[in-house]
Amino acid sequence: MKSTRRDFLKLSGCLTIGFSIGGISPEHFSPLINELPESIKRYPNINSWIEVLANGHVRIFTGKAELGQGIRTAIAQVAAEELDLEMDNVEVMLAETERTPNEGYTVGSGSIEQSAMAVRFASAAARMKLTELASKKLNVPVEEIIITNGKVYANNGGNSLTFADLLEGKQISGNVPPTVALKPRQKYKLVGKAVPRDDIKAMVRAEHVYVQDLRFPGMVHARVIRPPSYGAALKKFDEQYVKKRVPALLKTVRNGNFLAVIAADEHDAIRAQKSMAFSAVWSSPKMITDSEKNIKEFIKKQPSQPERVHETGKLSVESFTHTAQYYKPYIIHGSIGPSCSVALWDKEKLHVWTHTQGVYPLREAIAGLLRIPEENIHVKGIPGSGCYGHNGADDVSADAALIAMQFPGRHVRVQWSREEEHAWEPYGSAMIMEAAATLDGAGKIINWKYDLWSDTHSTRPGGKAENLLAARYIENPLTSGDKGYSGGAVRNSQPYYTIPNQQINSNFFKGPLRVSALRSLGAYANIFAVESFMDELAEKAGKDPFEFRLMHLDDERAKAVVIKLREMTKDQQTSPGTGLGIAFSRYKNSAAYCAVAALVETSPDLRLIKMWSAIDAGEVINIDGIKNQTEGGMIQSASWTIKEQVKFDGKRITSADWGTYPIFRFIETPEVEVEVLNRPDEEALGAGEAAQGPASAAIVNAIYKANGKRVRDLPVM
Amino acid sequence: MKESVVLKVNGKSHTLTIDTDTPLLYVLRNQLELNGPKYGCGLQQCGACMVLLDGKAQPSCMITAKSAKVHVITTLEGISEDESSIHPVQEAFVTEQAAQCGYCLNGMVISAVSLLNENPNPGDKEVREGLQRNLCRCGTHSRIIKAVKRAAARQ
Repeated sequence: MKSTRRDFLKLSGCLTIGFSIGGISPEHFSPLINELPESIKRYPNINSWIEVLANGHVRIFTGKAELGQGIRTAIAQVAAEELDLEMDNVEVMLAETERTPNEGYTVGSGSIEQSAMAVRFASAAARMKLTELASKKLNVPVEEIIITNGKVYANNGGNSLTFADLLEGKQISGNVPPTVALKPRQKYKLVGKAVPRDDIKAMVRAEHVYVQDLRFPGMVHARVIRPPSYGAALKKFDEQYVKKRVPALLKTVRNGNFLAVIAADEHDAIRAQKSMAFSAVWSSPKMITDSEKNIKEFIKKQPSQPERVHETGKLSVESFTHTAQYYKPYIIHGSIGPSCSVALWDKEKLHVWTHTQGVYPLREAIAGLLRIPEENIHVKGIPGSGCYGHNGADDVSADAALIAMQFPGRHVRVQWSREEEHAWEPYGSAMIMEAAATLDGAGKIINWKYDLWSDTHSTRPGGKAENLLAARYIENPLTSGDKGYSGGAVRNSQPYYTIPNQQINSNFFKGPLRVSALRSLGAYANIFAVESFMDELAEKAGKDPFEFRLMHLDDERAKAVVIKLREMTKDQQTSPGTGLGIAFSRYKNSAAYCAVAALVETSPDLRLIKMWSAIDAGEVINIDGIKNQTEGGMIQSASWTIKEQVKFDGKRITSADWGTYPIFRFIETPEVEVEVLNRPDEEALGAGEAAQGPASAAIVNAIYKANGKRVRDLPVM
Repeated sequence: MKESVVLKVNGKSHTLTIDTDTPLLYVLRNQLELNGPKYGCGLQQCGACMVLLDGKAQPSCMITAKSAKVHVITTLEGISEDESSIHPVQEAFVTEQAAQCGYCLNGMVISAVSLLNENPNPGDKEVREGLQRNLCRCGTHSRIIKAVKRAAARQ
């Protein structure tokens, strides 16, 4: 789960790029890439990434999933660019076991950094191989071979060939060499541009296929009967009662406390689920806390051994001039389409269609759950409904797999209900953050202490069957002993500011609710706290919030987004009852730079009027993709910040639908404006999560400016 | 209990033998194999399942097939004049790239068509109110608002 740091890679091998034409230095020619992408190191064969089709078009294989971030288009752009093809001549195949490279999970804004860069190298290598082939075939030197719009010819004229003509039914063989020449970026026609997404054209016509839309001959519909609470045990159920009411019931599947029904018709399956739920009797154990209202107290009572995350200088703990405590509640992912999966057990092979973010890790986990070899399982990624995080996608696939094993030869579709999605998905953890600081006479921060409390931020299957929801309920239940990915809790816990004495500590607690990865992991809560605290300190120091941040930043790219944001908002007037707040962060302290401003009105009621963002995600692949992600990130984060909190009553989750867990609707949605600072010389960085944290702090800072009330506990309302 | 019902969908009459208490959504998706309307909540809270009933956007997840038979039903598949043409609202959503995962898009487009049928020239407030029953989780709201305004300007 932990991504390999690029800095580490830089030590382990440096890639030289073979450009030195006409005395112009290499950096003027090619995008800055000084290492072979990790995915290429693991899959060095060109044909792991590229297949030339009979019509001369190209199919690209990515190990990543489409979550709505537009990765399919960005990858097609990079491939089309290196191979000089039209966008229409490139298709992208998303993650599928046995067919695409294993690129782990589609997480952490890593799809551009990992997969798109791997495709860039593989495509450049393919172009090199095709040029060599053409040189032999046309009997001219490689320098005289021209490739354009999928046609290959010698520059002295003559017939043109397609890629397929050159390969004569074979595929491009060989590895991506460590010295492949990338296309000089001055020649870019597609990269950096707002190339529109083809899938949106299909979506508006209902032609885009989601996993929910899959339909197979003879497919049956299954539903799972959920217990009343997490740890409940099934005492009894009455199949006859259900059969009487739903004669079309095909089968009841029981495995320990896992209970499901199958019917040929979807509505019959739903009716059977309701009847079965009515007939079932469960034990109903209590949760370890009785309400979301008491969770802060609960967290602080847990025994904890703090981990030192970071330390610089020597902290003077007696001299703190300002302290504050912040809180972020449990938040749901809340995909609009509840999780869904189809599974088929046929001829000793299990096929699973899923919207998981990692097909290979899911395959391994399902193998463990069913106790069958991984080779007997085929997992195909199909887009689902978005949310950017670990929702019920893997769990519903495990449900479908368990049920399909009991109903061989038929496709089994499992569709979670709204209530299942709300109440059973793994949430983003609640967190407490405490900050303390000392300002010197010049208004500079000289001491900074920060302590955080969090549950884990990933219990993705990662090959572990025990992380699948159903694993807790089967006859010999599997339970997870480890803490999961605690690294996510400390993401962005260290401020990106120059402060001589710092100490950052992290405390782990095991909370009452099931948790896992939600967009940006702990960074959302940490940046909310750090950037709220920065605003509080700016006021203490008598400084303007922009100025206060700039005087603590050294990184020119960080300063540039803050300055850009100031320019974007400089004409914005604020009247009494309105306020403008800002925040900044560099995601993971190593990825995209993002500054956000929010304009709110607090009288008569709270209204978020507008949000601005300036973002630097390095080299831009698709400028509209970055804008879309940043606009959406701000709006989603605003909804989390202002409205959202999972509620429970000590036995069950009471946030069971959109009425009991409301999110933003159109009336509440702010206007948004995004400026992208393109850095063609810098490494391309993912932009999908950069806005989550700063958007949150910008809003509460704006509320303070408007009415003098400092919101430290989320949600605002 | 199964019985025969005639549903008028996308300009055609379909005679179906089904349990007529089945919500319209499942009939459209499973019997007529129309993937436009999506299951989102089954509670009329999110708008993913919207269809036009006599030209007005309505959720299809709770209304039964029995009750729907009196209406002229149009799904996302049926809003353009024919297969080769595209409705101005669909076109505007493409131009504005108003989607991320796109799961909610069916309801957004249907709501927008319904709104513009009633009010060809809506202001910002009317557009938002016209989409108020529809939820989006990716945060594409601002683009959707732009798309609806663009479609209105074109009509």
